[in-house]
Amino acid sequence: MKRTLVAMTLVGLAACSGTSSGLLGATQLTGAGSTFDFPFFSKAFYEYNKMHRGVEVNYQSIGSGGGIQQFTQRTVDFGATDVPMSADEVAEAQSGGGPVLQIPVALGGVSITYNLPGVSALRLSSSVLADIFLGKITSWRDPAITQLNRHVTLPNVPIIVVHRSDGSGTTYIFTDFLSHVSATWKSRVGTGKSVSWPAESSVGGKGSEGLAGQVRQTVGAIGYVEYAYASQNQMQQVILENRAGAWVSDAPASVRAAAAAKPNVSAQDFSIVDERCAACYPIAGYSWAVLYRNPQDRSRGALLRQVFQWLVGPDAQRMAGALDYVPLPPGIQAIAHRSLDSMRV
Amino acid sequence: MDQPAQRRRRYAAVAATDRAFLVAVYAAVGLFVLLVALLFASLVHGSWPSLREFGFRFLWTSQWNPVTNQFGALPLIFGTLVSSFIAILLAGVVGVLAAAFLAEFAPRWLARPLSFIIELLAAVPSVVFGLWGLFVLAPAVRTSIGPFLQKTLGFLPIFGGPIYGVGLLTAGLVLALMILPTVTAISREVISAIARDQREAAMALGATKWETVAGVVLPAARVGIFGAIVLALGRALGETIATTMVIGNRPEIAASLFAPSYTLASVIANEFTEANGKIYVSALVELGLLLFLVSFVVNGFARILLYTALRRG
Repeated sequence: MKRTLVAMTLVGLAACSGTSSGLLGATQLTGAGSTFDFPFFSKAFYEYNKMHRGVEVNYQSIGSGGGIQQFTQRTVDFGATDVPMSADEVAEAQSGGGPVLQIPVALGGVSITYNLPGVSALRLSSSVLADIFLGKITSWRDPAITQLNRHVTLPNVPIIVVHRSDGSGTTYIFTDFLSHVSATWKSRVGTGKSVSWPAESSVGGKGSEGLAGQVRQTVGAIGYVEYAYASQNQMQQVILENRAGAWVSDAPASVRAAAAAKPNVSAQDFSIVDERCAACYPIAGYSWAVLYRNPQDRSRGALLRQVFQWLVGPDAQRMAGALDYVPLPPGIQAIAHRSLDSMRV
Repeated sequence: MDQPAQRRRRYAAVAATDRAFLVAVYAAVGLFVLLVALLFASLVHGSWPSLREFGFRFLWTSQWNPVTNQFGALPLIFGTLVSSFIAILLAGVVGVLAAAFLAEFAPRWLARPLSFIIELLAAVPSVVFGLWGLFVLAPAVRTSIGPFLQKTLGFLPIFGGPIYGVGLLTAGLVLALMILPTVTAISREVISAIARDQREAAMALGATKWETVAGVVLPAARVGIFGAIVLALGRALGETIATTMVIGNRPEIAASLFAPSYTLASVIANEFTEANGKIYVSALVELGLLLFLVSFVVNGFARILLYTALRRG
């Protein structure tokens, strides 16, 4: 298939060099997938190589879909994806490479950002947010909104919904949240990395930067963007009402609370949106690494396991925190470690 | 060694070079045909699941929904054609006028640097045009160009509705700017190539400079100018990143040029990396096939148009 060809060309070279030892005798491990993980991975693998000169990890951020494809064809040692592999995808990978391990590696929240000059600390409830993205609420002066924001005067401008036009894990987490809080959204739109956006006044921006640019330029715009991007670019964010009825903003602490509220997260039951706890931020999710439990080359497998044991441990996760991801809570680190321990190397 | 034998050998050598050259020429052309055929075949192969699932429905349904695996390309074909049409309309008029000025009216010391600057514009990467479109042109369309058009020509449905900044018109404007150098540079060459005696004949008959250009030079150059426009149209139809950044990426057919739209190439660029599932991926490949066919049909149509125009006189 065409897609395979494209992906093959992208990762082909890296994979080829990965099967043998590198120039200086260092073993090269290769991975491919999620762009969301890329800043964290490139920093972490660079630091890892400084500590362990014998191991180099080459990560290609070609997108989660491409990562899963490469992983399934076993041209890379590991894949990374914003949404865990589905049962079908796992079955396909399993038929060639044996059992698949999916471990959480990174955690992040999705902020709701907006452009209303002079309005800070805008508050929206889950159902109002869903109605805005459904196109049912079209003006910032709608009683449903003003009622929640009595302390501010909202400008009389129409709402313009801005969404990601490219397929994205951020979109998946956000639409997963909307599906959880609105039955209408669930039946009319659903959850996905790309969806058919129902609001009449909506435009799509490519990538976080495209979306942010659109929101910044358009008075009355509202959109969603991953926390790291919102915080690094000082974008205004909406304070949301969570399922416990408390008002929370997107911050490392509130996302960590949401993650901690679901201690038994797994690739089959991975959603942590709309958790019921007072401190929980309702729109958050993990990114996942996928590995084979029984690597063909055991010595490479052993190195790979060491890399990931470090990656999901406290040192690397602190690095993730410095890059505006949310460090995995200890309980989740333990889950990842248990998974890695089951590797046969 | 006798003379005739020597001559025969030389002839044989020449004949061999001739043959080798002929083979090389045929091989070069054959390679092109083969590449196009292979491209077409691999596109059909890649889009087979989608072709089988949706059939011709793919062409005239409007839903693009990866969640439910419902795919129809009509709004994307519409967006591709309309944005390119706006571009070619604007760039065609401005480009040919600029070319006529450079070739016929401008003094040499001015024509040289001006041509150079215009050709430089062709070397600007499309992502730069896209960024400029998103951060400069889109706000301008929203705050000044759009409202002005709406005030003066708002009675036309194409200038009605809310103005988002991004949309069909903005995409058309960015594309126009991108293809302008192609139209201008080639048209200028074509106009310059018109024989001097034709101009002199017109002048001798008492025609003014303007009458000479409009009545003699441009008609004589029309085939070449048309070629320039077709070439530029090809670029506009397939342009991806700049369009994606300014068109609003909404698969919908709206009457207004201010409304967001979507093109075939943009959908592929946006969704391919994260697409999963056989039908979804093959639907995206089918968009590539459609883009291929749309360019083919538009080009063919343009050529037929040109042919009939030439025959009529």
